Amino acid sequence: MSESTIDADAGVTPPDASTAEGRVFTASGGDWADIAEEAASLGEERIVVNMGPQHPSTHGVLRLILEIDGETVTEARCGIGYLHTGIEKNMEFRSWTQGVTFCTRMDYLTPLYQETAYCLGVEKLLGITDDVPERATVIRVLLMELNRVSSHLVALATGGMEIGALTVMTVGFREREVVLHLLEMITGLRMNHAFIRPGGLVQDLPPGAIDAVREAIPLLRKGIADIEKLSNENPLVKARLQDVGYLDLAGCMALGITGPVLRSTGLPHDLRKSEPYCGYETYDFEVQTWDTCDAYGRLRIRINEMKESLKLVEQTLDRLQEMGPGPVMVGDRKIAWPAQLAIGSDGMGNSLDHIKEIMGTSMEALIHHFKLVTEGFRVPAGQVYQSVETARGELGVHLVSDGGTRPYRAHFRDPSFVNLQAVAAMSEGGQIADVIVAVASIDPVMGGVDR
Amino acid sequence: MTDGIADPNELAAAVSPAEPTADVVTTRHGMFGSKGTGDTSGYGGLVRSVAFPAPSPKPYGGWFDEAADTLMKALDAAGTDPDTAIEYVVVDRDQLSFVVRREHIVAVCRALRDQPDLRFEMFSGVSGVHYPDDAGRELRAVYHLLSITHNRRVRLEVSAPDTDRHIPSVVEVYPSADWHEREAWDFFGIIFDGHPALTRIQMPDDWPGHPQRKDYPLGGIPVEYKGATIPPPDTRRSYS
Repeated sequence: MSESTIDADAGVTPPDASTAEGRVFTASGGDWADIAEEAASLGEERIVVNMGPQHPSTHGVLRLILEIDGETVTEARCGIGYLHTGIEKNMEFRSWTQGVTFCTRMDYLTPLYQETAYCLGVEKLLGITDDVPERATVIRVLLMELNRVSSHLVALATGGMEIGALTVMTVGFREREVVLHLLEMITGLRMNHAFIRPGGLVQDLPPGAIDAVREAIPLLRKGIADIEKLSNENPLVKARLQDVGYLDLAGCMALGITGPVLRSTGLPHDLRKSEPYCGYETYDFEVQTWDTCDAYGRLRIRINEMKESLKLVEQTLDRLQEMGPGPVMVGDRKIAWPAQLAIGSDGMGNSLDHIKEIMGTSMEALIHHFKLVTEGFRVPAGQVYQSVETARGELGVHLVSDGGTRPYRAHFRDPSFVNLQAVAAMSEGGQIADVIVAVASIDPVMGGVDR
Repeated sequence: MTDGIADPNELAAAVSPAEPTADVVTTRHGMFGSKGTGDTSGYGGLVRSVAFPAPSPKPYGGWFDEAADTLMKALDAAGTDPDTAIEYVVVDRDQLSFVVRREHIVAVCRALRDQPDLRFEMFSGVSGVHYPDDAGRELRAVYHLLSITHNRRVRLEVSAPDTDRHIPSVVEVYPSADWHEREAWDFFGIIFDGHPALTRIQMPDDWPGHPQRKDYPLGGIPVEYKGATIPPPDTRRSYS
């Protein structure tokens, strides 16, 4: 049986007979009608087509290899690895503290989850989980829930764009900007924060942060309501999303799927409830589920989860105001860096009091500071697995320490990586256009998939 | 880690040869990675063995005992000798690990998944770890399982010698293991026998070597910044 491939890459050399089955059509340049005519002249409906790796609907550089029969997808496979940057390997060559700056760059839409998961893992290895100050933990929850809102907004925005609902995209990105402003105010950066460190946080909240977050919440509620009005009962959205990307509970279990995709089957599995970390058991929030197992259910879950996240944000703000100022780093001077830095007029972080002390009065403090920053702290040998519920599902961190100042091995079980395995199950037998909806409903971020 | 032995039980464990000993994976010399006359640090004579937590004796505490017993019984019922299949059990930092002989990993996974009192229905992943100095156990695959039914987690650890890098695939039990095992093959060169299509997943198909093994260099070039040259990370001073 002859097989044809339409390759979207430019400049593909004609493959020799030993490597390619059937004819290869290069669809870059030239007249599409000529190519279509040539393909039609073969009288062959079964075509293998590459979607991506640079298709705008693939959330980065995902390559989908689709075998199509007319408009129907008969087989779908993913090609990943285009964004692999060796973050895990790099972490083995930096100190435990520096590791944060690497793992925050994995899933670039949920940086604060990677930071938290990694730091919780390091803290468990160190045995200091209970020593992390309450204030640091509450701020971690605040940041994570803000991050969930911004990540879901991107999921809805890009998902809307992919089905042609451009207003959903503009509203989504507009509201995300509100969250990113808050994150920038608190951490100094819109992404790649490296704000959460083993033992606590690098800094306390800046003055005015609590008020700024409080003021932003009604804005965000209104933006989320806009998206709801635009999409929830929109007949076009429903026509595109309902019964598309279907994956039931048995399928999710077999494929290890977590997050909104799993909850769209009606199973209220959320690690914040089942294995609480960062004190989630003390907050009041509901796990959002839907029972349609399809892309529409996942849309509704994401919208509802944002509302729950804002409820959580409000609770953290109340707690922060109630508890007042306090430490945001463990008291152990062998782990915590010695100074709380402040931004100077030159825009660089510094602490004049601390410099006065180490340069003028205490040489031991200077040595200690130097050793802690260049060498880092040692972590007792052993291994842990720590998981957190990100916007996309279970993010697991497997850390191995050999007792040294660097991770011996850091492995991240990224939820996008696992959830992408569902693409075949969700899209085979459906239409090509539904592949886009199915992938959008998984909401993969290739930075996390490829690491 | 405590260096001084305060607890008499610990002292007994240290002197009695019958007791399980810590899992020593390598021995480190010196402090700053330099060797020979170049090392003027005074730390050149330092010898430190890297030891992972020792096998835990019963009782393990909490639900661990019950789960371990149930697993042993389920393996027995399935015709696998539990004492052969499970080398030892480690309870460390409130997490339960079974060290499993590689030929029995599929049977152990099946028992953990199907036994109603265990029901680890969710496969959270497998990650490879490379211990180049641990002769005969250089490559390890670490499996993370989750039971949503009972809200429990368990870890399985399987080792393979570098000269025979084969571990049976668990894809037939957990289809989710597909990409994870491809990743462990790609980065560590562990061959999962019985995997439906064990190909590279992150690296290009024609890539030589397995990049996350410890004998594979990180690579990098020196970077000049304000007149000073900073060496690539893998050639900087390290604190072994």
